[in-house]
Order: sequence, then structure tokens, then C-alpha cells
Amino acid sequence: MRLGYLIREGFRSITTHGFMSFATVAVIVACLIIMGSVSLLSLNIDRLIKDLEAQNEIVVFVDESIGDENAARDLQRNIEAVDNVASAEFVSRTQAMDSFMGKYDASLMEGIDEDVFRHRFIIHLNDIAYMSQTKTELEAIRGVAKVNAHLDYAQNFVMIRNVVSVVSLVLIVMLVFVSFFIMSNTIKLATFGRREEIAIMKMVGATNGFIRLPFVVEGLVLGMMGGSIAFVAEWGLYNLISGRLVGSITGSLLDVIPFREYALPVFVIYMGVGILVGAFGGVNAIKNYLKV
Amino acid sequence: MVFMQNVRKVYESSNTVALDNVSLTIEDGEFVFLVGPSGSGKTTLMKLITGEVRPTSGKVVVNDFDMGTIKRRKLPKMRRTLGVVFQDYRLIENMNVYDNVAFAMRVVGAPNSEIRTRVPYILELVGLEGREKRMPGELSGGEQQRVGIARALVNSPRMIVADEPTGNLDPARSLELMLLLEKINEMGTTVVVVTHEKELVNAFSKRVITIDCGEKTGDSSEGGYYGI
Repeated sequence: MRLGYLIREGFRSITTHGFMSFATVAVIVACLIIMGSVSLLSLNIDRLIKDLEAQNEIVVFVDESIGDENAARDLQRNIEAVDNVASAEFVSRTQAMDSFMGKYDASLMEGIDEDVFRHRFIIHLNDIAYMSQTKTELEAIRGVAKVNAHLDYAQNFVMIRNVVSVVSLVLIVMLVFVSFFIMSNTIKLATFGRREEIAIMKMVGATNGFIRLPFVVEGLVLGMMGGSIAFVAEWGLYNLISGRLVGSITGSLLDVIPFREYALPVFVIYMGVGILVGAFGGVNAIKNYLKV
Repeated sequence: MVFMQNVRKVYESSNTVALDNVSLTIEDGEFVFLVGPSGSGKTTLMKLITGEVRPTSGKVVVNDFDMGTIKRRKLPKMRRTLGVVFQDYRLIENMNVYDNVAFAMRVVGAPNSEIRTRVPYILELVGLEGREKRMPGELSGGEQQRVGIARALVNSPRMIVADEPTGNLDPARSLELMLLLEKINEMGTTVVVVTHEKELVNAFSKRVITIDCGEKTGDSSEGGYYGI
């Protein structure tokens, strides 16, 4: 009976303090959307950089002495055994010439034999930060004549990736702190008007648990409301912005991550933060009023 | 029952001596006026009884609880032996009369069936029958204070402590209220009324304890308040 009463009191309090409930939910929603948007933007930038990195390939030329295609293919096992190699695609000298002719004027190749081309492997790496080290390891393989790698590009990408990661992390951490500060202060403000009510409860012999529980229920409900609303709003906002970006000229170059890919973690994090801030924020806010 | 021996209370933040060497005993079933001018230490004495402050030195025992050493988690249990009435009524604004009184019973975990029979009985006792659905803002000052008394009384406390209960009421309503407290005392509840209203105190032949400048300056069992 008592537990039921306290839970009902928590719900009743949401409507009797309607404006402050609205303000609490609104602040939770705003803070979550700001934090979430920056995080999603950072994830998209990270994905974009990784996509660009993936296009940055290494070409391993097979020694001219290995003319036989099958003998050249045998090198694949050794190449793939190198730590940082994600994939190695064999390109025969015939394929290489066809590709060249497809790109340039075929007349340039008149009278030239395919033997001027070498068998080769197109390599993609797991992490281009270790491109230089991988290049050295590939060059050490017997039968490899030369390794072409754009080390300067790789260094630039790694630098951009590191800068973006650090800036995003700092921004997100700052936003998390600012958001928690704003949310906890809003809840403090919401409970400030109820200190008299708490003082009366204490004077008639209410235990701290009896006073806290309705605040916990109220905080949980408001937190969940804030988390759910923020999730739906974030989904709509993300789809709206990504739709416009993809539709634009510059956007056609971008591959925006679909929201559904991150929907579950975003939902869990929003609800978690909402519940945490709502319930613990409420209990923390009334802590001082309980010392009577 | 209240027992105080050589009680001293100093507010360290302002270094104010609110009470100094106060000793008194209030037995079960007594009706006592605690009088004195503003700033004399009456409210501090009341706060020592309700456990809002602790004595700096000396002994304070209220309804068998040692207030100097009582653990914070035991305070609710102690406060359930008291009924506190405030000058400014302190009703919960968004609860009607019935709920303001029933709320005190819910705090102690009383079953609904008991609340349904006890609350109307108490409201009738304080003369508020038919006002159950009214909100505090719809009541006069006297009626609001009656709700406060009903709330203090509903859990059958051993003692009612009223801090300037008539401070916001006109003389006629003050007298009515004091008669109500007298009636409650006749039913067996100890009543301690903190006040500085000389005429009201002198209208009743009750024990009067006088506090001035933090010290007990008088204790008259026949009544009478002759201070300023």
C-alpha cells in the first residue's frame, strides 16, 4: 500500500508541478540532442576519413624475373602474412596493360608488348598509420621488386584523423559536463520550490526514504520522457539534415551513416543519461533539504 | 515528557548564545506556556524539543529520546511522538484539507481503512467537518491553523508543540484556538505553547515558563505572564 502510494505520489507530482516538469524534460531533451548531434557528426567524420584512407592503396610490383603468372600469384600468401595487410588483389601484367589502355589513348601502346608491365598486387591496409613500416616489410619479401606507397598522403590522413578525434573527444567531454551541470541545476531549481513541503514531511516524522522515493519515481519518469523525446527528435533531425546533405552537390561525395545503424546505442545512451540525470539529480537536489 | 538539565545552545556560525544553563521538566499531561520576548530563546528551546538543533552542552530528553545523542535515522521515530503546530500553518498548498491531515498518517504507514475513519473524526474534533475538499488557500487563517492542529493530532502524539500558533490570528480566533488546545490537553495529550501574547496566557490558569535572554527567568504553576 505504502509503496503504491509513494509511486502514485511521484506521478502526481509531475502534473502538480507541471511547469517545472516541462522545464526539466525540455532541458534534458536539448542537452541530449546537442551531445548526440556532436557525437554523430564526429562518427560521420571518422567514417569519412576511414573511407578515404581505405582508398589509399599500396602497389607491390613483382620482380620481372618472375614472368610466369602462377609463380607471381604464389607471392600472395607471403604478402597477406604481413601484419597490417587487409587485402591483396593480384593484377596480372595483361590486366595492368588493359587497365592502362582503358585510361589512356590506346594508340600510345602501339607496338608495345605487355611485358613492359609487371605483375602486381594492389594492397589495402588495416591502418595507414603504419604504412611506412608495412612498406619496408613488403619490400623485404623475396620476389618483390618495388613497393609504391603514398607515405605523405598517409601521414596527412593520420594527422587529420588524430586532430578530429581529439577535437571531438574534447568537445563531447565538455558538452557532457556542461549538460550534466545544466540538467542538475534545472532539477535543483525544480525541487527548490518544494523545500517547504519536504520540511513539513520531516516534521511529521517522514523517513528520508519516504521523502526520496516519489522524487526518484518522478525523476525516472521525467528522465525517460526526456530520453525518448530526444531520441525521436534526434532521429528526425538527423534524417532531415543527412537527406539535405546527400541531395546537395557536395553531399553526393559524402556517404552519411544511416541513423538506424546507431539507433540502438543512441536510444540506450539517451535513456540511460535521462534516467541517471532524472533519478540521481532529483535525489541529489533534495539532499540538503533532508538535513532537518 | 521533556527533561532539560543545564542546557546551553550556541549558534557557532554567528557565535550567538541562544540558551544558557536552562533546566526544566514538563511532565506527561501538562499544559505549559513557554513565554518570553522576541529573541529570548523560545524558538531555540522548541527546536531542541523537535530535534531541529542539538544542545551544545547539557541534557535534553524528549519522550524518552536523548536529543543530544539521538542518531539522525532515529529522528523520524521520535518526531512521531510529537505533533508540531507552526505559526504560519505550513500546509501543503496543492493538497486539500483531508489530504493534508491524511498525509501525516501515510507518513507513518497507517492503512487506508484507518485513515478513512481517523481523519474525519479529527476534522470534526477541530471543527472542520464539511471542509474536507477545500484547498488551504480557500480557508481563513483560523481554519488553516485548525488543519495544522488536526495534522499534529491525527497520529495521537504524546505531546503537541505549538510555536506561536495564534501569531497570525485575531484575538477571538486566538482564544478559540487556545480553547481547542486546552480540550486536546484534557484528553490526555501534553501541550506546550510557545507564545509572547500576554493577554492570551493570562486568560488561562496554566503553568508558564518564562525565558529571557536565553535564560529561564520564571516558572509559575499558577499561570500569569508579567513580562514586557
